[in-house]
Amino acid sequence: MKTLDAPFTEAKVRQLVVGDLVSLSGTIYTARDRVHRHLNDGGILPVDLKDGAIYHCGPLVIRRDQSWAVRAAGPTTSMRAEPYMAGIIRKHGVRVVIGKGGMGESTRKACQEAGCVYLDAVGGAGCVAAACVESVGAVHFMEEFGAAEAMWELSVRGLVCVVGIDSAGHSLHADVLASSAARLQDLFCLA
Amino acid sequence: MKTANWERNLLDLIRRTSTDLPSDIEAGLRKALRSEKKNSHGYWVIRTALDNAARARGEDLPICQDTGTPIFHFRVPVGFDTNALVAVTRGAVSRATRRGYLRENVFDAVSGKPFYTNVAPGSPVIRIEQGARKTVDARLILKGGGSENVGTQYSLPDERIGAGRDLEGVRRCALDAVWKAQGAGCAPGVLGICIGGDRATGYECSKEQFLRKLSDVASDRELARLESRIVRDSCQLGIGPMGLGGRTALLGAKIAAMSRAPASFFVTVSYLCWAFRRRGMVLGPEGGLTRWLY
Repeated sequence: MKTLDAPFTEAKVRQLVVGDLVSLSGTIYTARDRVHRHLNDGGILPVDLKDGAIYHCGPLVIRRDQSWAVRAAGPTTSMRAEPYMAGIIRKHGVRVVIGKGGMGESTRKACQEAGCVYLDAVGGAGCVAAACVESVGAVHFMEEFGAAEAMWELSVRGLVCVVGIDSAGHSLHADVLASSAARLQDLFCLA
Repeated sequence: MKTANWERNLLDLIRRTSTDLPSDIEAGLRKALRSEKKNSHGYWVIRTALDNAARARGEDLPICQDTGTPIFHFRVPVGFDTNALVAVTRGAVSRATRRGYLRENVFDAVSGKPFYTNVAPGSPVIRIEQGARKTVDARLILKGGGSENVGTQYSLPDERIGAGRDLEGVRRCALDAVWKAQGAGCAPGVLGICIGGDRATGYECSKEQFLRKLSDVASDRELARLESRIVRDSCQLGIGPMGLGGRTALLGAKIAAMSRAPASFFVTVSYLCWAFRRRGMVLGPEGGLTRWLY
């Protein structure tokens, strides 16, 4: 297994290849539907995402004493961010996008051109991911978007992912989509 | 109605549904682990899913942060106070949210403003059926949004996939739905399929199939054969766990048939992720727990 530690520089990210298992540590920022739309519409980004990581995730967090307790924090479907992702990667210098289910052609191109990777975390494995969260920093957009859509600053250690899209233009998801399309046609013929 | 009794036990139903993966699903995941190649992506996904299930159960944590739409199915005696049942169910949902078993998961569809308790128009979903019985049968499914988004409905004939109005057409719909979902529904999931009905009842019936255990087979022999055929075929697509490639795309498929109008032949396919949260309990007339279902 490879390791990927913050800061997520272009040089580190360019070494990752589709299919690699990666253990990621550092600060990551959750962003899902509302935050992507907000940034796409030219909204203010309250953090610096240069050499940073976006995590497609709406965590389940509760207030405990004076701090936040992250009870589950697995990935959400990334494809819903596809219309906005490439622009955000290019504009803000994002190096790592973590999510589930893969992303499309425009994100693949942006990863290749701008030097970014897309990592698949295991969807549904909410408390395995939460166990990697060492601390919770600031939370943004809490009032407007609610806890599930807010931007949470999470410090993680050892979040294990697989490289779904690398910076050389390869996409595991595009490969699986194409090969499974051919097999679907074969299965249709076996009536 | 002894409100406190009911609310306490329904809260426990939500807690257990959110944190404790049913044993039939866990057994299905173990079987899937054996079929995936060691050290493959599929193997890693299933192993993580099993670790996650153990951790959630052991530490009383939600299996998945997306606690989805809570769908309650109640069977109650004739003359039972259903208004009071709805009120205590809403109360239990609100308490489960405060305690971190449910995420604050409901938003106003127009303004985008969050409802902090998960109690809102249309949430939770509550279905109540009366019948000749003495006890109350309470079942709950927490249906995640990713899996809900990949649900789909076909109106046959469908030329695009060459599906006519027969069981071969149904097979094609099911496989096409699994292919379109790829990893987005959190594979390996379970399909609930309804043949017939209208656009609304088709979805309702397809989701009801998730109340069946993984080992349950359709009573109709042809439908039972089709159920296993769909699972077998889908696992040859190479989509694998989370769409990362591999052998297991489905843990199960459950089919039911309804009547239909001459002009319509709907095949409705609902998907439930591997984080298959479904529990049930039998409650006495005063709301005391008699036994767990599943």
